[in-house]
Amino acid sequence: MNFGFTEEQDLLRQEVRKFLDENCNTEEVRKIGETPEGYSKDLWKQIAELGWVGLTIAEAHGGAGLGWVDLVVLLEETGRSLFPSPLLASTIAAAAIGEAGSDEQGVRFLPGLADGSSIATLALVEASDRLGAEGVELAGAPDGDGFLLTGEKRYVADAGNADLFVVAFRVGAGDDGVRLAVVPSDAGGITIENTPSMDLTKRLGNVRFDGVAVAGADVLASAPLSRILDLATAALTAEMIGAAEGATALTVKFTQERIQFGKPIGQFQGVKHPLAEMYVDVESFKSLVYYAAWALDEEHEDASRAVSMAKAYASDAFARIGIDSIQLHGGVGYTWEYDAQLYLKRSKWARSQYGDATHHYERVASLGGL
Amino acid sequence: MDFDLSPEQQAFRDEVRDFIAQNLPSNAADPTAVQAWQRKVREKRWVGFSWPEDCGGGGGGIMEQVILKEEMAKAKAPPLGSCFMGLAWVGPSIAQYGTEAQKQRFIPDILDGKYQWCTGYSEPDSGSDLASLQCKAVLEGDHYVVNGQKIWTSIAMWSKWMILLVRTSNPKSQENKHDGITCLLVEMASEGLEVRPIRNMGGGAVFAEVFFTDVKVPAEQRLGEEGQGWQVTVSALAHERSSIAEVEGLKRNLDLLKEHAAGVERNGRPASEDPGIRRRLAVAETRVEAMRLNGMRFLTKQLKGDPLGSETSVNKLHRAALEVELGEIGVELQGSAGSLTDGIDDAVGGKWQKHSLGWPEVVIGGGTPNIQKNIIAERILGLPKD
Ligand SMILES: Cc1cc2nc3c(=O)[nH]c(=O)nc-3n(C[C@H](O)[C@H](O)[C@H](O)COP(=O)(O)OP(=O)(O)OC[C@H]3O[C@@H](n4cnc5c(N)ncnc54)[C@H](O)[C@@H]3O)c2cc1C
Repeated sequence: MNFGFTEEQDLLRQEVRKFLDENCNTEEVRKIGETPEGYSKDLWKQIAELGWVGLTIAEAHGGAGLGWVDLVVLLEETGRSLFPSPLLASTIAAAAIGEAGSDEQGVRFLPGLADGSSIATLALVEASDRLGAEGVELAGAPDGDGFLLTGEKRYVADAGNADLFVVAFRVGAGDDGVRLAVVPSDAGGITIENTPSMDLTKRLGNVRFDGVAVAGADVLASAPLSRILDLATAALTAEMIGAAEGATALTVKFTQERIQFGKPIGQFQGVKHPLAEMYVDVESFKSLVYYAAWALDEEHEDASRAVSMAKAYASDAFARIGIDSIQLHGGVGYTWEYDAQLYLKRSKWARSQYGDATHHYERVASLGGL
Repeated sequence: MDFDLSPEQQAFRDEVRDFIAQNLPSNAADPTAVQAWQRKVREKRWVGFSWPEDCGGGGGGIMEQVILKEEMAKAKAPPLGSCFMGLAWVGPSIAQYGTEAQKQRFIPDILDGKYQWCTGYSEPDSGSDLASLQCKAVLEGDHYVVNGQKIWTSIAMWSKWMILLVRTSNPKSQENKHDGITCLLVEMASEGLEVRPIRNMGGGAVFAEVFFTDVKVPAEQRLGEEGQGWQVTVSALAHERSSIAEVEGLKRNLDLLKEHAAGVERNGRPASEDPGIRRRLAVAETRVEAMRLNGMRFLTKQLKGDPLGSETSVNKLHRAALEVELGEIGVELQGSAGSLTDGIDDAVGGKWQKHSLGWPEVVIGGGTPNIQKNIIAERILGLPKD
C-alpha cells in the first residue's frame, strides 16, 4: 500500500505553488475578478506553456497524458490561490471529449485545448437542475446526418469565455436517448447570457440554443454522462481542498497575531477548537478526494461512491470553514478589503456546483444499498 | 402557569390591533404614507413607549411593551420610530443618567426621528475586550479634547450625533480597566472629526472608521459622571429583553423559506418533501419557538421585579446561529443557482444570497458568540476566567 504522491507529483505541486505565489496573489486575483471575462489571457498562455492546461489530455492529442490524481495536485494549488481561470471548465470538457469521442474527434478537438489556444466547457445542466441523463431535455431534431438543437443550458462554467461547448441533448427517451456534441460557441442560433456569481473568480452563464445545426461528425461516439460527472465532481472538489486550507491558514495566522484581553486570541479554546475542527475536516475530505481520484484513474467500481462521499463532505465542511473563518476574525472578517470573504464566496460557489451535500449524501445512501 | 392576557391587557391588544387596521400604510415603500404612520404612532406615544412620561415616552408597562411590539411585528408594520440607536440605547441612557438640559435637548428629537445617532464603542485594538479602549479625552476648562480612533461605527456617515466612549484616566490595574471610561455625546460635524466608510463583504458600506484629532466636546455633553461611562452604557442595555421583535423577524424569514422550499425542486420533487430539508426547517422552527418561550420566562422574571442578568445571552446565541442557518438553507434550496448573485428566479431574487453574506451584522456586530458563551460560562456557571 502507498497512499501518497510520487516525487514527480510533489514537484508538480511545488512548481504550481511557486508560480501562483509569484504571479497571482490575492491582490491580482481581485484585479482579475473585476475584469469582464474574469481571467487573465496572459496567465492563461503561461500556464498552457507550463503544461497545466493539457495535463490530463492524451499525449497523442498534444497533452501530458496524466491522470486525475495528478490533476488533483494541480487543482489543490489553484484552489489555494483562488486562481481565476477556465482551467477547471476546459479540463472537464476535454475529459468529456476524451472519454466519449472517437480518435478522429480527439485529433480534431483536443490539441487546441491542450495548448490553450481554445477553451471548452461542458453544457449539461438545465432549468430542472437535475444532474445526469434525467435532466437533459434540450432537443436534438434530426437534420441531415446531424441535428438541430433547441433548448437552454444553465450554470455553464465560463460560458462567456468558451470557444467550444460540449453539449448534452436528447434524441429519444431514457438514458440511451442522450447524445453529446461539440459545438463552436459562435455557431448560428447560440445566445450566451452571463449570470453574475457571488464569487467573482468563477463565471457562470446561460446558453440558449435556437435551432443550432450540429454535423453528424461532431456528435461524440458515446455519452457516458455518469463517468463524466464523476470526473468533473472530483476535479471541482480538489479545488475545494486548497481553498479550504487557504481559509484555515489565513485564520490561524490572524488568531496568532490578534491580541485581545492581553493575549493572542488563538490562546482561547473558543478559538482553538473551531480551528482544530477545520483541520480535521479538511484532512478528512482530502483523503476522500485523493482516493476518489485514484478510483477514477483505475476505473474502480467504487469510484462513484468515493466521489460522492468526497463532494458531500467537502460541501458541508468548506461552507462551515468559510463561515467560521469570518467569525473568528471579528469585524475585519466582514470587510471587502480583507481576504476571508473571498474564501467564503468560493465555498458557496463550490457547494452549489455538480451537486451539493444533500445531492451527494443521497447518492452515497443509494450506492450504499439504502 | 398562565399564558393568557388579563382583561386590561386584552383591551390594550385590541386597541393596538384597531389602530393597525385603520392606519397601517398599504404600501410600505411609499415614504409619505410611512411618515404619516410615524406621526400617528408618535401621537399615541408608542415611540419610546417604555420611557418615562416626563421624558416624552409612553410610560408603558413591560407587558404592554411586549404586546405592542408583537402586534406591530405580526402586522409587518414599519418600525416604531426611525432613530434606531437613539431609541434602542442612547435615549434610555440619557433618560437614566442625563441632566435635565440633556433630556430636553435630545429626547424629543430621538422620539421624532429628526436625525440618526451612531455608537462609537469599538476601536481597532478593542473589540471583544472593549474595556481596554484607548481613545482619549482630556478636560481643558469647559470642554474635553478628544484624540483617537473608533472603528466599525455603523451608519457614522449618516448620523448627526454619536454616543462615544473615551478614556479619561488610566486604570490602576487590568482588573480595574472599566474605571476611567467616560461617555460623551459628540456632534459628528465637530471640527477634527473624520469619517471614512468601510466596504463590507456584500459590497455595501454601512459602517466606518472615525478619527478624532483634537475634537472639542463641551463638558455639558458628558453623559453621567467622569469615569462612569461603562456603567452608563451597560445599564442602557438592561431594559425589556423579551426578544419579541427578533423572534417575529425570524418567523417571517422561516415562513418565506417554507414557501421557497415548496416552490423549488430537488431531485425531481418539491424540496419541501426532502427529508433532510424538512428536518433542518423543523429544527430552525423549534429553536425559534424555544427563543420565544425563553423570552417569556425572562419577561416573567422582569414582571416580578427580579433583575435580568446574563441569561439573555441564551437567546443571543440562538439568534446568531439561526441568522447563519436560515441564510444557508435559503441558498442551498436554490441548488446550482445558490451562488448566483441574483438567485434562482425573480420571485426569490437574491434575498438569501444577501442574507448569506450579511449575517455578521447580527453575529459579530453585537458582540460575538464566543463572548456570549464566556458570559454564560463565567457569570452564570461560575467557571474561572481564562
Ligand atoms: C456589521 C458590524 C457592525 C458593527 N457596528 C458597531 C457599532 O455601531 N459600534 C461599535 O462600537 N461597534 C460596532 N461593531 C463592532 C463589534 O462590536 C465588534 O466587531 C465585536 O465586538 C468584535 O470585536 P472585534 O471585531 O475587534 O473582534 P475580536 O475581538 O478581535 O474577536 C476576534 C475573534 O476572537 C474571538 N475572541 C475574542 N476574545 C475571546 C475570548 N476571550 N474567548 C474566546 N474567543 C474570543 C471573538 O469571538 C472573535 O471570533 C460592529 C461590527 C460589525 C461586524
